[in-house]
Amino acid sequence: MSYPKVLTKRMEDHPADSHTIERYAATGGYAQAKAALDMTRDELVDIVKASGLLGRGGAAFSTGLKWSFLAPARPAYLVVNGDESEPGTFKDRQLLERDPHQMLEGVIITAIANEVHHAFVYIRGEYPKPARRLQRAVDEAYAEGYFGKGIFGSDYDLDVTVHLGGGAYICGEETALINSLEGQRGEPRLKPPYFPAAKGLYMMPTIVNNVETMANLPHILDMGVEAYKALGHGDDTGTFLTSLSGHVNNPGNYELPHGITWRELIYEVGGGIPGDRELKMWIPGGASAPWFNPEDHLDLPITKGDTGQAGSMLGSGAVVVMNDTTCVVKAAERVVRFFSHESCGQCTPCREGTTWLEMILRRIEAGQGRPIDADLLLDVSDNISVGLAWPPRQTTICPLGPSAVSPITSIMRHFKDEVMAHITEGACPFAKTEVPA
Amino acid sequence: MSIWSESTQSRAKEILAKYPEKRSAVMPLLYLAMAEDGWLTIEGMTEVAEWVGITPAQVQSVASFYTMYKREPTGKYLVSLCTSISCMLLGSDDVLHAIEDESGVPHGETDDEGVISVEHAECIGACGGAVACQVNYELIEGLTPEKGRELVRWLKKARPDAVNTDEMQELFGGRRSFDWAIQSDVGAAGPYPAFEPYGTATEDAK
Repeated sequence: MSYPKVLTKRMEDHPADSHTIERYAATGGYAQAKAALDMTRDELVDIVKASGLLGRGGAAFSTGLKWSFLAPARPAYLVVNGDESEPGTFKDRQLLERDPHQMLEGVIITAIANEVHHAFVYIRGEYPKPARRLQRAVDEAYAEGYFGKGIFGSDYDLDVTVHLGGGAYICGEETALINSLEGQRGEPRLKPPYFPAAKGLYMMPTIVNNVETMANLPHILDMGVEAYKALGHGDDTGTFLTSLSGHVNNPGNYELPHGITWRELIYEVGGGIPGDRELKMWIPGGASAPWFNPEDHLDLPITKGDTGQAGSMLGSGAVVVMNDTTCVVKAAERVVRFFSHESCGQCTPCREGTTWLEMILRRIEAGQGRPIDADLLLDVSDNISVGLAWPPRQTTICPLGPSAVSPITSIMRHFKDEVMAHITEGACPFAKTEVPA
Repeated sequence: MSIWSESTQSRAKEILAKYPEKRSAVMPLLYLAMAEDGWLTIEGMTEVAEWVGITPAQVQSVASFYTMYKREPTGKYLVSLCTSISCMLLGSDDVLHAIEDESGVPHGETDDEGVISVEHAECIGACGGAVACQVNYELIEGLTPEKGRELVRWLKKARPDAVNTDEMQELFGGRRSFDWAIQSDVGAAGPYPAFEPYGTATEDAK
């Protein structure tokens, strides 16, 4: 089954040079950015609102609506969030390495729509190659007059600065990212204000959008709102990129239409489980998302609404597949360890809670769990995210703490017997996760 | 008087010109300081403070927040092996043990000669190419325990001036997250990311 390609079409058709400005220009490149110069802010915001484009970083918030919140003070800034760090996610890396101009054209469109004259692209520090590729694209675009003084021969000035992060997942949270870009510790800011569009970088109105979100914009202007919406499924418009990893035969990034089922994704796109093993569970939307299992979820369509109703989210588009030799305690420990390591430490429930969740899981996995530990996991989790509900409530400034609760509720609801077996038998019942050849 | 070389000082001026406020240059300048000294020294952080007009304590508070600013002596080759969920499912813990065993360096430490540092990293965005590893943040995908040992032996013996992602992928890598398609022509000379505007990308890595 093949699906229509939009964001990944150029790199598929022209693998050797999809990153160059020559190839980009030869395939319609920068025409939409130029056209945007003749449009008003209201026109552009209305088009993006009407397109139904949802942010592709994880929160799935309406991009057009975010833009419409921009406060009137100036200067306004644009910060592109390329701090892709959600475990399982590697789609923005491909967009940056293989088609950086597509993203940059989105930057120009967004800047014009939001009266921005200085944009920043914040790329995680562990992505030097994507950053180098993007910087060369930026240099090419400056040389053509697409950035700098009077872009495209107009009287509109626009600069762009590529900024490398320092290896902190939390900087993907937009207010932490702004603090980091200001040269501060990457700690999320207290809300309100809820949106950087009110007060963001240097306390000025700021738009923060994800790399993939940017990459969609030239296509929305090019094909028009109706054609863009028709690519999707109901409220989930356009295509989306999913990063597939773990125990599947064909891991990788795939551009897909919303509305296909998890069965199609895992068994057709992903080619099924290596060694014809059984599917045990999967993470449907990055490490922050509660896990799905085949009995309840395999035939659900992949949409924001269906996934949300089933108690999880599409998040960053990362799908991590686990076979039947995977120990749920060890898998949960690895995900919780991530959040424990990445907690910024500002809020006590997250700083202390994630640390204790990791330690409790580790002792259960080592066969040293106590009978009370199962309840203790839920109790600590409840202190981080009261009621263990979905969407999660939070006792913290940002959603990182509640994200660490997702693997706990996932294993305690679906695999409690397996967790308890670790405790009663005093050992992990799994010899070892089978590594596919 | 700056403790930095002339070329690093001119880099610092170029970087400062890219931001509306000086303090935003703290993170890039910290990478410059690492490139000057091989790791992030107190003197380096104090120099950054001078450039951006804040106190050394403020710079240290920023540097200590981020894992990539190494405030202790770090080997010429920083081997960061991902052991997050997707890599763990594909056997990263065995690869880490092989690298630790072959190098004699437990994660979080550096060998006596200052050649190799080993650390386990949280997700580095190469999950489709698990098990993933970086040397000075230059990526290798599809690493196995045996290839991990070969990597360590090569670093110790060949001691390249700079490491290049395509070269290492060719020598030691396996399955990739996606078709890389295009070669990278620069490499990383120390335990910090190779990025042209920071002057840390070394030409002709091979």
